[in-house]
Amino acid sequence: MTSVDLEIKRPRSHLVYVLSQNPVSLVAIFGFGLILFAALFGPVVAPYDPLATNAAEALKAPSWDHWFGTDQLGRDVLSRVLTAARLDLMISFAAVTLSFFIGAGMGSCAGYFGGWFDAISGRIIDTIMAFPLFVLAMGIVAALGNTVENIIYATAIINVPFYARVARAEAAIRRNSGFVQAAKVAGNTDFRILAIHVFPNSLPPMAVQASLNMGWAILNAAGLSFIGLGVRPPTPEWGIMVAEGANFIISGEWWLAIFPGLALMLTVFTFNLLGDALRDIIDPRQRT
Amino acid sequence: MSNRLRMVLGRVGQALPALLGVVVVSFILTRALPGDPAVYFAGPAADAKSIQQVRESLGLDRPLMEQFFIYFGDLLDGDLGVSISTGQPVLDELSRRLPASLELTLGALLVSMIIAVPMGILAAVRPGSLFDHGCRVFATAGVSLPTFFTGIVLVFVFYYLLGWVPAPVGRLDFAFLPPPPITGFYTLDAVLAGDSDTALAALGQLLLPIITLALFTLAPITRMTRGAMLQALSSDFIRTARAAGLPSKTVVNRYAFRNAMLPVLTTLGMVFSFTLGANVLVEKVFAWPGIGSFAVDALVVSDYAAVQGFVLSMAVLFVLLNLLIDIAYTLIDPRI
Amino acid sequence: MSDVSFPLISIQNLTVSFSTRNGFVKAVSNVSFDLSRGETLGIVGESGSGKSVTSYALMGILDSNGTIDGGKIEYSGMNLRSANEKQMREIRGREISMIFQNPRSALNPIRKIGLQIEDVLRAHCIAVGADARRRAIDLLDKVKIRDPAKRFHSFPHEISGGMCQRVVIALALACSPKVLIADEPTTGLDVTTQKAIMDLIKELGEDQGLSTILITHDLGLAANYCNRVVVMQHGEVIETGGVNSLFRNPSHPYTRALVDATPRRTGIVRELLPKNDPRHSQPEPRPSSSTRSHPLLIVDGLTKEFLDVRSLGWMPWRNNNAIRTDRIFRAVDAVSFELHEGESLGLVGESGCGKSTTSMMVMRLLDLDQGTIQLAGEDIGSVPSTRFARHRARPNLQFVFQDPTESLNPRFTAMRCIADPLLQLGRLSRRSEIKARVEELANLVQLPDSLLSRFPHQLSGGQKARVGIARAIALNPKLLILDEPTAALDVSVQAVVLNLLVDLRAQLGMSYLFVSHDLNVVRLLCDKVMVMQAGRIIEQGPSSKVMNTPKTAYTRQLLASSLEPPHASFRQEIAQ
Repeated sequence: MTSVDLEIKRPRSHLVYVLSQNPVSLVAIFGFGLILFAALFGPVVAPYDPLATNAAEALKAPSWDHWFGTDQLGRDVLSRVLTAARLDLMISFAAVTLSFFIGAGMGSCAGYFGGWFDAISGRIIDTIMAFPLFVLAMGIVAALGNTVENIIYATAIINVPFYARVARAEAAIRRNSGFVQAAKVAGNTDFRILAIHVFPNSLPPMAVQASLNMGWAILNAAGLSFIGLGVRPPTPEWGIMVAEGANFIISGEWWLAIFPGLALMLTVFTFNLLGDALRDIIDPRQRT
Repeated sequence: MSNRLRMVLGRVGQALPALLGVVVVSFILTRALPGDPAVYFAGPAADAKSIQQVRESLGLDRPLMEQFFIYFGDLLDGDLGVSISTGQPVLDELSRRLPASLELTLGALLVSMIIAVPMGILAAVRPGSLFDHGCRVFATAGVSLPTFFTGIVLVFVFYYLLGWVPAPVGRLDFAFLPPPPITGFYTLDAVLAGDSDTALAALGQLLLPIITLALFTLAPITRMTRGAMLQALSSDFIRTARAAGLPSKTVVNRYAFRNAMLPVLTTLGMVFSFTLGANVLVEKVFAWPGIGSFAVDALVVSDYAAVQGFVLSMAVLFVLLNLLIDIAYTLIDPRI
Repeated sequence: MSDVSFPLISIQNLTVSFSTRNGFVKAVSNVSFDLSRGETLGIVGESGSGKSVTSYALMGILDSNGTIDGGKIEYSGMNLRSANEKQMREIRGREISMIFQNPRSALNPIRKIGLQIEDVLRAHCIAVGADARRRAIDLLDKVKIRDPAKRFHSFPHEISGGMCQRVVIALALACSPKVLIADEPTTGLDVTTQKAIMDLIKELGEDQGLSTILITHDLGLAANYCNRVVVMQHGEVIETGGVNSLFRNPSHPYTRALVDATPRRTGIVRELLPKNDPRHSQPEPRPSSSTRSHPLLIVDGLTKEFLDVRSLGWMPWRNNNAIRTDRIFRAVDAVSFELHEGESLGLVGESGCGKSTTSMMVMRLLDLDQGTIQLAGEDIGSVPSTRFARHRARPNLQFVFQDPTESLNPRFTAMRCIADPLLQLGRLSRRSEIKARVEELANLVQLPDSLLSRFPHQLSGGQKARVGIARAIALNPKLLILDEPTAALDVSVQAVVLNLLVDLRAQLGMSYLFVSHDLNVVRLLCDKVMVMQAGRIIEQGPSSKVMNTPKTAYTRQLLASSLEPPHASFRQEIAQ
């Protein structure tokens, strides 16, 4: 009889392998570190007070004094961009966490138990998905009021369907699998099976979904602020800064809009790359 | 065929609860909007008594459930209410502005599909190559772009710096008159009327906004096509085709691509939904008189009938489109 | 008739490796063999032997991460390794054809089967237009598909699995190639369909003067359809020889062990083990038959109906590719039987006969539509399956699953998997007690303690099977139901596991309900056997009686279709 002695997959070498196959992931990790730094230490590191106006210094192009130039009220753009990082990241992180738990809970129960719960939650998800999601977020913030809190709730609500669908699919796949039946035979009740056997197996694809969604949540929050819903001036936030800067770009003062826009783009790009890298590590068969 | 008919009717039936949910949700949302329409309608010189009169005539003093049934009844009659800011019936406003938005959305979808689908196929056929990696990065970058920012950058580069495109002032420059409306699409109508100058002018105005939107939709379509092609190419029936010595053109096109298009088709609905949302932002940047900018203006002044009408029409559009896609899929896939 | 002087295909010192996450893995090492004109060559081996990879290399359809490191591949004197893709494409399908397992997924799901055959004809410029259509219909007729003109327009999901394989064969033989490579062509098909397909290949081969390479893990299949056999293990050729001499008198110990391990019509379970295994000479334990009058398990009138489903083929973007039709399908129809303590009862039938549904219902994982189930005098059939997990009878009724990989939670270590029933229903509370009991169970199933901290993906098939068995016996059940417990295992591993099951039954005083499609395996473990067809039990009785003097035609057909290799000490009976 052949006794095959399979080697244990060491996590470190696996990580190294994935990174070597996809060098862009290294860029993503570096970018993520940068963003995290800005979010945590931005306001401390910023050279000027983001809210301090200075009429004499208004609309100055980028220089050694002001690396990103100044805006129409003389405020330093670099400081504002750095400070805005914290707000934008906090909004999207809170929204993603909220929608993750609601969506995962709802989806897993729907997928595992089926029946009336699945039917009702399916209808709710369908209704949410029937709206162009950004439009729904607009409506929710407009109805509830222009606050940061409401941006978080609105973004969370429109993100729930993604988690709910993934969780439901994962639970439904495993509902009739061998190890779930074995768990029943071993005396586990249905809720125990869902919580301890099925759900942990759904976590990897959901983690991938979360990291991909972070980027989209940031875009949503910024988009809402761009059209005037949610964050209000003079609070520094990337979306608002782009909106304000848009008026000046026609007359050639490009730095008011370009720098916050770039920061936004690079942040979202980083999160998307991270999500891709995470997916490669966890389930290479699903590489897109 | 009756099996198929049953499937189609089943899909329609499934869409109805979602539509109902949309009506309910949009009603609730707009009733929760801040601001009092009665005050607005009564005018600046009104006193408390006349405001109350206006409120009664608008039916705003009735209980919420009653208001909902009135609203629902009006809907079935095709009455979406009157816009506060323009004084016109909302339905008229929407139907006037819808072609503008559709011109953008459909144009962008067309452009992006023409580019994205071949790109996705090529990337899947050469996995791991430079082109493939480039495609992946490009797709990820496209998904990361804030549409409003891209629009602004494009305007800055191509209008301000290079002067290659006309000013972003809407569908047509002031020097031109809109062509006689047949489809509502300025480009088509101008061509149909034989007016090439206007057609070109309209096209010029369309260029940047369509590129902005198309950049946004390129990414998910490329991703999906690539993913679906990769899955198809690694399937058992492709192995059979290769082992039988079929030329690679047949294998890729007739065998892999036709199968891969099925999942791409089913997810087109999602792309359309994202595009409708991105439409709002693009219309603001380019001063496009579509339903998106209509909605933004309405939201700011709490023009509840207009917002309600907008949300409802967007959702109905989306549900209808998904239904069409479902039905198209049912007709294409012989297994259903 | 073989022309030994000039081999049609010659493979010399072939080495193939794949680049994987763990570096380069050698799949095939220095493999050499020839195929002569007109002969049928079998390549046999267990999983991981490299038998499929060899033929993929021959056809030039290796995965992108596979490379041929060295060796010669020659067809009719032509060097295939130096051929470019265009030349290989001309050879594939025209000179050398290949068919694979899983026939339904081997066909394009959205293209008519007739058109797929036409594609092949057109690709090799054999025929065009109306001529191609005529030939395609001819080919469908040749592979014995009824109504070929009408079936031309069918899609793969509208025809049965056996018919799909016939279409695949038609595709392969469309351009009259000289060589046909069949890679596990009958795996996944019913035993009766298997024989029909193999006979068809043989007949068509003789008609067209085809030379065939048959790749299989089934020694019986190889013995009955091949002239010569190549035995492979771990990517190397172990032995080559004519079919009779190789199986009757193998020179290499691996071949000998392989032949010994294949269950046959006669012999005892100990004989499956290799001769140098210490347990080979141990007597087979016979549990004391119960003197109790009342049976342990009484099943009466068991019935289950389902809405019929249709499989749709390749649809990876959906969670399930089956749709429900309106037809009601009676999976189990008034099944009744009794099982006494200490007894081992076999339930045999082909796939779709309802044996798994029956075992699921007895196991209380599935609800009954009609009938009763009594375990030790207690009615358990009326307890709903959702509530049975905490029922007092649960510990006495345990299950060994068919797929050892799928039945273990991928996130649990082996220790945690085995401990699960103890944690839920065992009376132990302290971690140390549970750990001790798990180690005791691991010992019983001969699983080394060091493997207990491993995850399922780090264990081999045999080790995973043992974990499943250890988990099943953790609560000392009175009745153990086993659903094809060795079907997914290599034949050598199966030999050890079957012996283990026999020993455990005696040691722990369990009774078995053993479900399988393989009569030879069931005979080794079971005193009594029931034969099931289309949801009904059509024959039951002592194993030896049913197998030697079957009463029904279906049982006779089953027995005739199960093939086995000749054995040194066994005179081959003439199949009926």
